[in-house]
Amino acid sequence: MAARKAAEKPNVSADDLKQFYRDMLLIRRFEEKAGQLYGMGLIGGFCHLYIGQEAVVVGLESAAEEGDKRITTYRDHGHMLACGMNPDGVMAELTGREGGYSKGKGGSMHMFSREKHFYGGHGIVGANVPLGAGLAFADKYLENDRVTFTYFGDGAANQGQVYETFNMASLWKLPVIFVIENNQYAMGTSQKRSTSTEDIYTRGAPFGIPGELVDGMDVLAVKEAGEKAVAHCREGKGPYILEVKTYRYRGHSMSDPAKYRTREEVQKMRDEKDPIEHVRDLLISGKHASEDDLKAIDKEIKEIVNASAEFAKESPEPDPSELWTDIYADDIPQGAAVEEDA
Amino acid sequence: MPTEILMPALSPTMEEGTLAKWLVKEGDTVSSGDILAEIETDKATMEFEAVDEGVIGKIIVAEGTEGVKVNQPIAVLLEEGESADDIGETSEARGPDEAKEEPAEETSAKAPEKAPAKAKEDDAPPKPDQTPDWPEGTEMKTQTVREALRDAMAEEMRDNPNVFVMGEEVAEYQGAYKVTQGLLDEFGAKRVIDTPITEHGFAGIGVGAAFGGLRPIVEFMTFNFAMQAIDQIINSAAKTLYMSGGQMGCPIVFRGPNGAAARVGAQHSQDYAAWYAHIPGLKVVQPYSAADAKGLLKSAIRDPNPVIFLENEILYGRTFEVPVLDDFTVPFGKAKIWREGSDVTLVSFGIGMQYALQAADRLAEDGIEAEVIDLRTLRPIDYDTVLASVMKTNRCVTVEEGFPVGAIGNHISATIMQRAFDYLDAPVINCTGKDVPMPYAANLEKLALVTTDEVVEAARQVTYR
Ligand SMILES: Cc1ncc(C[n+]2csc(CCOP(=O)(O)OP(=O)(O)O)c2C)c(N)n1
Ligand SMILES: [Mg+2]
Repeated sequence: MAARKAAEKPNVSADDLKQFYRDMLLIRRFEEKAGQLYGMGLIGGFCHLYIGQEAVVVGLESAAEEGDKRITTYRDHGHMLACGMNPDGVMAELTGREGGYSKGKGGSMHMFSREKHFYGGHGIVGANVPLGAGLAFADKYLENDRVTFTYFGDGAANQGQVYETFNMASLWKLPVIFVIENNQYAMGTSQKRSTSTEDIYTRGAPFGIPGELVDGMDVLAVKEAGEKAVAHCREGKGPYILEVKTYRYRGHSMSDPAKYRTREEVQKMRDEKDPIEHVRDLLISGKHASEDDLKAIDKEIKEIVNASAEFAKESPEPDPSELWTDIYADDIPQGAAVEEDA
Repeated sequence: MPTEILMPALSPTMEEGTLAKWLVKEGDTVSSGDILAEIETDKATMEFEAVDEGVIGKIIVAEGTEGVKVNQPIAVLLEEGESADDIGETSEARGPDEAKEEPAEETSAKAPEKAPAKAKEDDAPPKPDQTPDWPEGTEMKTQTVREALRDAMAEEMRDNPNVFVMGEEVAEYQGAYKVTQGLLDEFGAKRVIDTPITEHGFAGIGVGAAFGGLRPIVEFMTFNFAMQAIDQIINSAAKTLYMSGGQMGCPIVFRGPNGAAARVGAQHSQDYAAWYAHIPGLKVVQPYSAADAKGLLKSAIRDPNPVIFLENEILYGRTFEVPVLDDFTVPFGKAKIWREGSDVTLVSFGIGMQYALQAADRLAEDGIEAEVIDLRTLRPIDYDTVLASVMKTNRCVTVEEGFPVGAIGNHISATIMQRAFDYLDAPVINCTGKDVPMPYAANLEKLALVTTDEVVEAARQVTYR
């Protein structure tokens, strides 16, 4: 997916639309399955679902090119699937098994893939923001043409290190796109109750970073904004901010009863703004796909997700000896700049 | 086939709950996302959503039931075309694999797994490596610690274009303590980077750059300010390799002066050795001499792991003999015996060495021969050299400038107790800084630091002389 070239024009082909539908549906079904496995006790700890926000990563991944990097928070399953990581490996990490991306040692919040340039999976709110700028720093230093997508939440946008990073990213013209996934809540705190400005993207302006507000329930709008941001970074103009307005349907994590908002508020979003229904409507009304075509996709996705759940259950727990591995590296980590350039 | 709806675990700690309320009844059609029931967990009342679509065939657990175990069937969902008559099938139809799919109980019932011992060497006799750091007859030159550190960085930067230095005042100002003197001239602004005063931010950018394939040297003006960045150092730099199952290493050096300088008060005078040494995933270095400063910093820059390199402002201007070699490095985890002796072992590191060495001189005047060991690196620690020495002297005093609670000396004492208990003729004494914030007044500051007198006194105590 990461290899998919950005379309020259903002309008997209029927195939693109179908791909978006498929990619978003994969995330949704995967997350529903994860919720179910959590309920069965197969997944433990904190588990933050991405349901409702699918258009954000799917739209932005369609603007990325091979080699571009991404880094995000603990709400990371969607990002991993969207950048092409294997659902089996992601699900098996959720169940803490050997076949997981981190051999079961990272869990829901901490997964990585050198191969897909996915740099995690971070649990400290705000901390992945300078890390993302650092990845962009490396790319600029190595004079390659890559861009780093650095995702964080509306709540994270109040952390001091975000602004330390804005300052340096702008000062040093780092090729980083700050993606604020504004799902309007930070756990139980609404944006209104925590954030002095209504439009978070305007906070880049004092640092000289352009930004814009994007409808995160519309994958096409996200794609278009993403392409603009990517072009800005690749032209060497420095960082760009996308505040993507979105909504999470589920609680903050599995154990959040979500009493800070009404059931009606959630239902209204689902009924009126659902990103997957939106693309489904475009496909059907534009006669790009029939109900049967979409049913076939649904079925295919269901099979992928069920297979990932099976894999995640069957994969053995990590060998006890794994307790003591990966604390120290004894060599230059694979994928270090020297190799990557080769 | 009808599917059972199981009592869900709705929090990391939930084992059972109350089925507070059904929001559906038998015969209702549900689709994924519909709320089926309200369930009270140990913490809150949660809504429980349907995952699959179908018709509620049967409600097994009535609302109001308490103590419903996680994974117990609470209802049965019928697929299109099935009727309540099919329900009997479910339990028989459950294969043996699915039937035992109750991991919550399974794990709690299982005996706790015995952690595999990392190394069996705990009972093995110590095998200290005391090969010399440089060949005999090597030409030597006199250098300050400051110059040695600068040379180490310059040599590594010449060698590897991906090594760069960043920090406050490291470039144009030539370093707040002049450690980076001349580097900007030689390597240019791309590789010697002045940062804004923003420790948390630039530490994080450094870690990200290391993930991205570079080899950053991040200078903290002093380690007191690294507390602003401690989250990035520990949570991002030290733990990511492990959390990523070995994929994402972080080759970075955090360096700068650590510990008390002179009369700079409580906020600028702390020794962080024990803090960082606590963290698996970090390597921690605290050199005393110029040769060690150089050889260890070069090793630190080449190391594929995050290294905390603790310097000392008072030592910057001290001169030592440094070998003149093309490529001189000192390995981690190898202590240095500065002075051999048979009566008592003094274990120290960094500026603590000056007290230990002075004390050894004074003790020798009274006929007490102290063996003085410089740990040089605190993670890894060269236990073998310490243990072998204590097995010879049967007595030990540790010396450091940091606070007494959770000190490096505490850990050394515990290790000796575990691995050389029978050799001890006296309890180990830890000489440390006092358990107070650093005062400003000259006399009080002296009292707050560890002193040579205290080390001498401790050595007399353990030798009963
Ligand atoms: C530094 C820090 N403080 C608090 C937390 C606990 N915490 C985890 S997620 C979260 C809310 C973050 O909300 P937001 O940034 O909007 O992201 P979202 O969860 O909505 O994706 C909090 C407070 C944390 N992980 N890290
Ligand atoms: Mg949020």
